[in-house]
Amino acid sequence: MTDTLTPILTKFWDDPQSWTLATYERHDGYKALAKALTMEPQAIIDAVKDSSIRGRGGAGFPTGMKWSFMSPPDGGPRYLVVNADESEPGTCKDIPLMMANPHSLIEGVAIASYAIGCEHAFIYLRGEVVHVYRRLLRAVEEARAAGHLGDDVGGKGVKVEITVHAGAGAYICGEETALLDSLEGRRGQPRLKPPFPGAAGLYARPTSVNNVESIASVPGIILEGADWFKGMGTEKSTGFGIFSLSGHVANPGQFEAPLGITMRELIDLAGGMRGGRKLKFWTPGGSSTPIFTDEHLDVPLDFDSVAAAGSMLGTRALQVFDETVSVVRAVARWTDFYAHESCGKCTPCREGTWWLRQIMNRIEAGEGTQDDIDKLVDICDNILGRSFCALGDAATSPITSAVQYFRSEFEAGMTTPAHELFPPEKSVLFDLPAPTPTKESSGMVSA
Amino acid sequence: MSGHDASGHLHVSPESKAPYAADVLERLHADAAEVIARYPQKRSALLPLLHLVQSVDGYVAGRGVSFCAEVLDLTEAEVSGVATFYTQYKRHPNGDYTVGVCTNTLCAIMGGDLIFDRVSEHLGVGHDETTEDGRITLERVECNAACDYAPVVMANWEFFDNQTPESTIGLVDELRAGADVRPTRGADKVCTFKEVSRVLAGFPDGRADEGVGAGPASLLGLRIANDRGWAAPDGTSRPTTTSTTSTSDAKDGSK
Repeated sequence: MTDTLTPILTKFWDDPQSWTLATYERHDGYKALAKALTMEPQAIIDAVKDSSIRGRGGAGFPTGMKWSFMSPPDGGPRYLVVNADESEPGTCKDIPLMMANPHSLIEGVAIASYAIGCEHAFIYLRGEVVHVYRRLLRAVEEARAAGHLGDDVGGKGVKVEITVHAGAGAYICGEETALLDSLEGRRGQPRLKPPFPGAAGLYARPTSVNNVESIASVPGIILEGADWFKGMGTEKSTGFGIFSLSGHVANPGQFEAPLGITMRELIDLAGGMRGGRKLKFWTPGGSSTPIFTDEHLDVPLDFDSVAAAGSMLGTRALQVFDETVSVVRAVARWTDFYAHESCGKCTPCREGTWWLRQIMNRIEAGEGTQDDIDKLVDICDNILGRSFCALGDAATSPITSAVQYFRSEFEAGMTTPAHELFPPEKSVLFDLPAPTPTKESSGMVSA
Repeated sequence: MSGHDASGHLHVSPESKAPYAADVLERLHADAAEVIARYPQKRSALLPLLHLVQSVDGYVAGRGVSFCAEVLDLTEAEVSGVATFYTQYKRHPNGDYTVGVCTNTLCAIMGGDLIFDRVSEHLGVGHDETTEDGRITLERVECNAACDYAPVVMANWEFFDNQTPESTIGLVDELRAGADVRPTRGADKVCTFKEVSRVLAGFPDGRADEGVGAGPASLLGLRIANDRGWAAPDGTSRPTTTSTTSTSDAKDGSK
């Protein structure tokens, strides 16, 4: 039986200079790379396969299998591209990881590159986090100076170079083929698949696109063994992951735990709900995953259990909303987001999110019409599975799940604005001075 | 948030096409060569080069588009097509400081909407508008991956955590007054929009070692684990110890 929390990637985030090579080396840093360089590349892929680690970026595809699905070497370049475009609403694990412990990612990139035969890897970081970019650039510089990157890694004649690339603000670039287009200097729009990146990715060459946390978990698997990794988590969702609690809990934060921990345990670790209020709804894996309610507090947070309960583990982005919150307002804002971020390439998503936005906004304003709920569900049906990429599908998740659990609130939106049913002032995390200029100030002191 | 009502093309004023001074152009070419050298194919340099021209002009000016097109052998239409796709590329002169209030669902509900309204009222500008003194461009931003610190405000893409209307108004007042302002998690001070754009083009400013590694929310799980004596199990590197011998063993064992 493993402990409730298992700090591994987060283990020394409290070190005064946690991000430096010196700190990383004090915590066994780059020992896994040294070990990996004594192994055949295929043995590394086999170890990662054997660990059964599933991708930590949301979709949960097995990392080792992704690597082994790459087209066989033909003498030309092969690429590893790290997806560090963390932008899914609620998701906040990779950014603190790269800020506090960038070398775990760099070491993982070096090992993974050697395993798949990549000599030039890329880390695609969203552009809106300048200090994380500084830390990554510095970590690459330090690793290169120490011989962990470059033309002769570890003195073994292995070549690995890393370019850290800053994006420029586009959620869609978290979709792996849009990311590749963006990295090629284009508008970030998804590509038709197949061919998958493993066959024709960056510059039409075999490419593996992996999430930050997946790659940062590789050194541990190599150094400590696949059995060590499988000793945590569940049978089909092995290992550990960072769970990010945000919103109306007493103490939001990051919790690194074996997969399969429950929301009840996590909320308890976070000090319970804010001010003892009742939980209303939460997202298991970001705004793109169907919402859950207090019925789901005991669902083990692993890939299969969450799927069986009707949602997705996603990125373990646990956004918690209490009873003061209008689900219509929350969903309307997410819908604004998907409409804003829709890349415009395919019709169902481009037009569909636009219509969803109109309808959600009028329901939020208390101006919904009799057939608006049916229309919402109908539009969702026409987007889901008919869009070019997962963004369209994602846009439907909050709506259909919210209608499923809170239909009466959507019905109320035909007559009453959300801000009257759920005064927004009651949901904020700071104290407000008694009278607010915009609305009548009754009954909001309890916060 | 501007979404579909936003203009789909760059507004290029005649003065934004005024040629660069010779020394500026020379430095741009030298920097561009360095950026291009990072990639196997030069078109990949376009995103960093757009950050680079913003570091000179404070936005993507007509001459910046022409410059990128010229050095990458692209048409100006191709460059504009990319520049208009990404929200960090500004279509008109930006203030010295972009102050972005997260108004995606979680931050909005935790107080971001109220912060935006109060700051907007205080500054007298709306989304993507700049104060008359040219200091502050106010924006609504999407989720910036710091939800455990909600409500979050970004100033030139540095984190200001756990904000209130008063704290953000204090922030913009200090920035307008020209004071050095320290982000919650970031460099020792917020650099200007042009300075930060240069970093985003991949030119380090020597500030990587400034600031904290992690904020308190990032450390919460670790602190609880340490208090309760919880840890990950030991793996193969522990019981056998001495990694030097184990690695050489592994080497001998491999073909």
